[in-house]
Amino acid sequence: MRPVLLAILGCLSLAGATPAQDVRIEVPYTRFTLPNGLTVLLHEDHSIPMVSVNVWYHVGSGREVPGRTGFAHLFEHIMFEGSGHVPEGQFDLLLEAAGGDNNGSTNPDRTNYWENVPSNALELALFLESDRMGFLLDAMSPATVDGQRDVVKNERRQSYENRPYGMATILLGENLYPEGHPYRWPTIGYMDDLTTASYEDVVDFYQRYYGPNNASLAIAGDIDVEATRSLVETWFSDVPTGRSVPPVDPPAAAIDGERRIVLEDKVQLPRLYACWLTPARYVPGDAELDILASVLAGGKNSRLYKRLVYELQVAQDVSAFQQSGALGSRFCIVTTARSGHDLVELETVVQEEIERLVREGPTEREVQRAINQYEAAFLDGLERIGGFGGKADRLNGYLFSTGNPDWFQEDLMRYRALEPSDIQAAATTYLDEHRVILSVVPEGRPDLAAAREVS
Amino acid sequence: MIRGATRSVACLALVLAGVGTSRGQEPDRSGPPELGQPPRLDLPDIQRFSLPNGLPVLLMESHRVPVVEVALVIRVGAVDEPAGKAGLASMTAAMLDEGAGTRTALEIADAVDFLGASLQTSSDHHTTVVTLHAPLSKLADALPVFADVALRPTFPDEELERLRAERLTALLQWRDEPRAIAAAAFAAALYGTGHPYGLPTLGTATSVAGLASQDLRDFHARAHPGMATLIVVGAVTRAAVEPLLAAALGDWDPGTASAGSLLPAPQVEAREIWIVDKPGAAQSEIRIGRIGADRLTEDYHEIVVMNTILGGSFASRLNQSLREERGYTYGAFSGFDFRPGRGPFVAQAAIQTAVTDSALAVFLREISAILGRVPDAELQRAKNYTALGYPQSFETVAATADAMTEIALYDLPLDTLDRFIDEILAVTAEDVERVARKYLDPERVAIVVVGDRSVIEPGIRALNLGTVHSLTIADVLGPAPQLDEGHTRR
Repeated sequence: MRPVLLAILGCLSLAGATPAQDVRIEVPYTRFTLPNGLTVLLHEDHSIPMVSVNVWYHVGSGREVPGRTGFAHLFEHIMFEGSGHVPEGQFDLLLEAAGGDNNGSTNPDRTNYWENVPSNALELALFLESDRMGFLLDAMSPATVDGQRDVVKNERRQSYENRPYGMATILLGENLYPEGHPYRWPTIGYMDDLTTASYEDVVDFYQRYYGPNNASLAIAGDIDVEATRSLVETWFSDVPTGRSVPPVDPPAAAIDGERRIVLEDKVQLPRLYACWLTPARYVPGDAELDILASVLAGGKNSRLYKRLVYELQVAQDVSAFQQSGALGSRFCIVTTARSGHDLVELETVVQEEIERLVREGPTEREVQRAINQYEAAFLDGLERIGGFGGKADRLNGYLFSTGNPDWFQEDLMRYRALEPSDIQAAATTYLDEHRVILSVVPEGRPDLAAAREVS
Repeated sequence: MIRGATRSVACLALVLAGVGTSRGQEPDRSGPPELGQPPRLDLPDIQRFSLPNGLPVLLMESHRVPVVEVALVIRVGAVDEPAGKAGLASMTAAMLDEGAGTRTALEIADAVDFLGASLQTSSDHHTTVVTLHAPLSKLADALPVFADVALRPTFPDEELERLRAERLTALLQWRDEPRAIAAAAFAAALYGTGHPYGLPTLGTATSVAGLASQDLRDFHARAHPGMATLIVVGAVTRAAVEPLLAAALGDWDPGTASAGSLLPAPQVEAREIWIVDKPGAAQSEIRIGRIGADRLTEDYHEIVVMNTILGGSFASRLNQSLREERGYTYGAFSGFDFRPGRGPFVAQAAIQTAVTDSALAVFLREISAILGRVPDAELQRAKNYTALGYPQSFETVAATADAMTEIALYDLPLDTLDRFIDEILAVTAEDVERVARKYLDPERVAIVVVGDRSVIEPGIRALNLGTVHSLTIADVLGPAPQLDEGHTRR
């Protein structure tokens, strides 16, 4: 499988006679499903002697209920605290003793875990992952929950409360989504809810969502496919299947007109957030909005950077991004004012540039420049085997979102197919008056906010 | 050296025998599986050659993905700044791509972005680095832009004024960032603001305000091929890439290289505490340390292992004590910053405000404890974690080039990276104890705490650790930078 890719790459000449467009981005894999419902993906890459074991559970903070927010992420922490045959503390000790690293992350849609290990320690990673998939509760106690509760509260303090502008994303979620929508509350959770989380919640969440039938396992790196398949079949054979998980059924999300909010924070400079609700990950419109974000704020020549930061110098920074999710996305423009400038000034320029894009569309070169950068990023993506965003993680991600683990080329083709008129249409359709405008201002300076109507 | 190393043959045989027969077999969960022999890291050789003007090149071929990393490492940095010109090195680096050769700042950015490449300029205390990352198919087009930026910057006044305002604003924003405040206060506490290691490399509001484009030109003119190395990693052969490099960089004037010298800084000889007030802070940013070691110390590998045990991994003592056992923090760690001169050792964490004093006591207890003999299992684990995890450093061309930078910077043997694993595995418990006692001393450390002083100060004073100084953010970062608010390009 790997030689196919190498053969194509071998055709590339240094002088660039072959356009990069001809490179097919692919990650060949072997797929099988165990009797307990676990989907397994194996990908060989022998470039360095390491293996990455990556597990996605198809549950995130979106499955939480109000009053118990932050639980999916707290549960992720608990997953490292031991399982039936792995005493508390041993998960990290065993991996480090083998030269391995590990981590996990939670978002509204899913929770992922990985171990990067030297290739001789593959079986250790399979032992650890299978044990917590099958026998987590054997090692759980209320004390385990208490310990990680304090750690997670400190994560919230470090990453949100004690960080300038740190509370903005929490406020945005609450204003973009209606009551009961899975994206309304923050994945980190509310402090009171973290205090309330109980041992019984752990049992319930595990039984509801952490079965092998609601997960997938991807292994990439220095492996022999047949031997690895055999090891996986052994180590996961005694993991009992879980309950079937019904699909998420979110209430409709729409912003009724424009919503303006102001937050006072311990900051020197005011910052403007303008956000819209946009199409879900990989749905038509999603790639268009990625390119639109580049046209607006990717690099010195982008429309907003060039005007706000480079020419007018009224802003310190500007960024734009399509933050894609399974149930829907948000498109945001974020810009920080320089001293002596307020957010009305910045918003006026943002609005002018959106209107200009809606009216005239981007140029051919602007769009091609952005596509070329995506093209290069896909190539770079082939380098990384493990960790967040490595090939094992991305195989699981594409499986989760599209059902096709090797969706790399199709993903890239979404961008290659775009024309300036597509970007113009996306700006017209989505960047309308149904939006949330958040002004974060220094304490006592609400006068710097973009609170007034801008025409 | 790792569990089960001598049983590797049996383990391999089991795996092979298992193919097609062991499916569905019940796993043995009575203990962790035995591991076979760890794999060898087999890096491609580093090829060294020089361009006609004497510029040394270090090339490592890596043909798996058609991308290339090119880094020009120049041994000129903040330590070479004239007195009163703090921030000159980093401003010079930041200005390299703001006009170069015949291109304007916007034309450079457009050219690079259109190629799908990335071009970064940076500097630190001892180096200025220009890095190009590009798809192989775009390398030939990107190299001339890279060379212009590195060798022929034009330093337009208008762009300097723009970056000056940006820099002053960044310094203003530091006042919001507990970590930036802690870093500045800690560096000053260790080295004093008269030493280059004691000042922020971005400079101060006063020094940045005084930088002129002629300063930048003079500083850039100090760089010559004799004090630089070009690092290339990626899907290229020497035969293919050497002519491209020569065409791009071969006309750089050999000139005469001059190396700056660095004054030694006096070691921390007492335990003092600096509390920097950040009213209402939800956490206290803690930094504890003293002056550490330079990269060429003979104790390098021993220090790396010792620090891994103390605070260099998740299972390290600091993280276990402060996070896993007590829940005081999201994470605690420590590190030695190895530089050409003796860089800092620091142990750090963001600690929940209410337990700041308790956490300080734990930090000092762990620094004391590491001076004693380390249990064998813990030593083995730290060595394996560092050594056997080392191959991950070579996953990408960018990371590989980064690892090769120290060979260029310190003129190390070409097999330095190949020898790292064995050097780490050779460290003994006696070595760890020796370097811990040599470099760490809980009685002689600078302690910086950035937090809500009204809440944390009584508890800290009650610990009786040493002299307590109270600072404001302005004491650490100076008065707030004043910006000319009217400046615009149009």
